Amino acid sequence: MSEVDTITISKPTTVEVRLPSRMGFEKVAMSTAAAVAKLMCFREDRIEDLKTAVAEACINAIEHGNRLNEKLSVGVVLSVNANSLEVKVIDDGKGMNRKPGLVSKPDIDRKMHGDEGPRGMGMFLIQALVDEAEWVVGADGNSSYVRLVIRLDKDAE
Amino acid sequence: MQSETKARVEQLTSPAGHAVAVLRFEGDIASTSKDAVLGTYQALPKETSRLVLLDFSKVDYINSSGIALVIQMMIEASNCDQKVYAFGLSAHFTKVFTMVGITKYAGLFPTQVDALAAL
Repeated sequence: MSEVDTITISKPTTVEVRLPSRMGFEKVAMSTAAAVAKLMCFREDRIEDLKTAVAEACINAIEHGNRLNEKLSVGVVLSVNANSLEVKVIDDGKGMNRKPGLVSKPDIDRKMHGDEGPRGMGMFLIQALVDEAEWVVGADGNSSYVRLVIRLDKDAE
Repeated sequence: MQSETKARVEQLTSPAGHAVAVLRFEGDIASTSKDAVLGTYQALPKETSRLVLLDFSKVDYINSSGIALVIQMMIEASNCDQKVYAFGLSAHFTKVFTMVGITKYAGLFPTQVDALAAL
């Protein structure tokens, strides 16, 4: 990436996107997050991790949070800091308080043997692909968000 | 917004002489891909399609719903005594498939040549 394509972060910067609650629009948030991460000089493999985590967070917000109600939108707030990118994906659902480490790994054996459904991997992928992930119920009880943080790994640059 | 998933089947023979049904996907693999993924697989003749090879080389976006469809296909294949393999995944999606455990039941290869050589 040339110097022209990068930005110097001297103060926190925010980018916001609002998505309709329709499957497929998670790709808009995914592309936006990737563009911001590229400006911040994240490695390509970390940008791919971020893209999948953001897409899965938006899918959960669209499908489970807003229950595919197109009258509701999903908010995506990207906060650029000197050494990290924070992404909040906000929906109008009741959400869940889920602390890091409480998302279980999918059990492929149980899936293959029909003991659990083939779906249910989104939260696992989110947690596994970013440095921090937490699911928070809003104070009003009528909204919730997932907060993701991915850090610039300067040693590996 | 979802890019339509295209799928086509090609019958090949591995260097070892085994018949291989190659399912070539193009576009997104997401919740809307059920017909392309499961429908195309289910249309294969079971008796002559013991080895099923999935080509992801023209797929840019796979989400967890799409991965679930692949797992559903693997379950059906396992029940029919078929073996499933795949090639053409990016490094990222190779990692994701490994993380969710798919590699325990389906061999992943970088290219079609690598896959066929192993079958």
